[in-house]
Amino acid sequence: MAYRGPALPQYGFLKVPEGQSRRAVAIIEAEELRKEFVVWRKVGRLRRQRQVVSAVDGVSLRVEQGETLGYLGPNGAGKSTTLKMFTGVLAPSSGRLRVCGLEPVSRRVQLTRQIGVVFGQRSQLWWDLPLRDSFALLRHVFRIPQAEHAARLAQCRELLGLDEFLDTPVRQLSLGQRMRGELTAALLHGPRVLFLDEPTIGLDVVSKQAVRAFLTQLRDQGEVTVVLTTHDLADIERLCRRLVIIDHGRVVHDGSLEALHARYGSRRRVVVDLDAPWEQVPGLSGAVVEAVEAEGHRVTFSLAEGVTAGHVITQLAGYAALRDISIVEPDIEEVIARLYAASDDARSVASG
Amino acid sequence: MADASRGADIPAGADSGGVLSAYTRLLVAQIRSQTQYRLSFLADVVSTCLMSLLDIVAVLVLFRVTPALGGFSGRQVLVMAAMALLAFSLSDLLVGNVERLRFYIRTGLFDVVLLRPLSALGQLLVIDFAPRRTGRVVQALVILAVALFLVDIDWSVARVAILVVTPLAGSLIFASIFVAGATVAFWWVESGELANAFTYGGRDFTTYPVSVYSGWFRRLFAYGLGFAFVAYYPALFLLDVPDPLGAPIWLGWGTPVVALLAMTVAACVWRTGVRHYRSTGS
Repeated sequence: MAYRGPALPQYGFLKVPEGQSRRAVAIIEAEELRKEFVVWRKVGRLRRQRQVVSAVDGVSLRVEQGETLGYLGPNGAGKSTTLKMFTGVLAPSSGRLRVCGLEPVSRRVQLTRQIGVVFGQRSQLWWDLPLRDSFALLRHVFRIPQAEHAARLAQCRELLGLDEFLDTPVRQLSLGQRMRGELTAALLHGPRVLFLDEPTIGLDVVSKQAVRAFLTQLRDQGEVTVVLTTHDLADIERLCRRLVIIDHGRVVHDGSLEALHARYGSRRRVVVDLDAPWEQVPGLSGAVVEAVEAEGHRVTFSLAEGVTAGHVITQLAGYAALRDISIVEPDIEEVIARLYAASDDARSVASG
Repeated sequence: MADASRGADIPAGADSGGVLSAYTRLLVAQIRSQTQYRLSFLADVVSTCLMSLLDIVAVLVLFRVTPALGGFSGRQVLVMAAMALLAFSLSDLLVGNVERLRFYIRTGLFDVVLLRPLSALGQLLVIDFAPRRTGRVVQALVILAVALFLVDIDWSVARVAILVVTPLAGSLIFASIFVAGATVAFWWVESGELANAFTYGGRDFTTYPVSVYSGWFRRLFAYGLGFAFVAYYPALFLLDVPDPLGAPIWLGWGTPVVALLAMTVAACVWRTGVRHYRSTGS
């Protein structure tokens, strides 16, 4: 269902004025960003107690143009709150924040032209109108030049396969179809940065893949900066080179996925199936036995840091007949679970 | 390619026609989606007409039983009531739907409003615009025409001017109260019908001459909230009747000034409110 109209001028998704350097342009600069909410707690039948809760508690972050950043954290960690401050929806309680060089709340209207936002739970489409009409309305709301609008829409139609439901009222779309519509709506005005809050939540496998493939393509073009929050670690593994993990309103990790594994000592594993039951190999170096299963016929080794799987397998092959070998990459969910637990421990030590 | 960057930074006000057209398109979209549910739209129009008819009947009944109110004849009171009704129905048509703000705050849909390059208040007024309220404005106009026909007015340029200016300025006073009242929801989502005490309460207050009220109630509504300027003082000027409470006759010109004040206060309250918006989880 690709676009078959007349040839269109190629507009990228970005509109950086020509000649402007693309190197090291800061899209987001946050310093000691905080957001506090006042909560009234019920004490007794009528009395209420005032309590200040920090949803975001001193986040400092710098995101440069073209980066794809995964923003991760357990429920209630402050992900959405941070994103809402980045997009000018919520005013920070304290700290310094610039997005595309603008202070989000006071320059909200200018900022909306520079950013695209997909909040999974809040549709920016018109519920009762066909998708096509929503896109046309957005052209007027954002005052997008017609040619630009047409070119971007054509690109999205092709990449996201919108044609089959372009004339359906939004309220009748499936979640996956709507999400594809939302992505298009967020990109039509050519934003410099795209904020996605849980873009794949609740989607079926096919839609998930479509969304991820689209975002991968966007990332590889390198024009649009993408910041996404997610619970789905597969999103992160597929899309994000940089990972920021937040817990209790604070950044607990900022770096690549590999750095995370290195820091928390996650190890690759080698699983071997043996002809004869396992016996301890004297002087085996670079690996320790983690589990012995199937009456000694299957053994799992975890590799020490910097040790190759080949090194261990060669040693093993000298001692026993190997039937099958598999290498298991470290599990990101496990690392993150460990990370959350560690940060909880640190907090209880600090407060206790 | 040269104009590829055009949308990036349109200077504010450089293309006001564009902004206007954005609001117009939003308005048309709203009306289109409203008329999608044709039956419910029709039912709305019919019930609104019926309700307004009942309002008129109530006014007529009142004047059959009370020949005079607060030192004014029934016909003079009808002029005040009609001017107040016109001001109220105008503001109700244009900004009455701002009370829907509560819904947008509770559901977090206000996020979406803040993510568009348009004024948040402007969008709220447009996306819930209810064209069926035009009927009430027309009715108020008819009642005002009848009331003016029933009293003797020594027409002059000044009197015609005050007749034109007052309902417009008066509607701005009501509009300010609508906006300020709705804004309470930023701090207190379950504010419920609290704001209505001042908007619909104000409408009822302005239906009768200020002189029928007394004590703190009069001070708060007539002077504190400026409702005496919606219809009472201008009507005194129009009818050339001195205020039983002793206020000078030129106060009839005060409505635009009070409207300006009210709008300034409402704008400040609104701005502070938006900064206090808390959104909802995730």
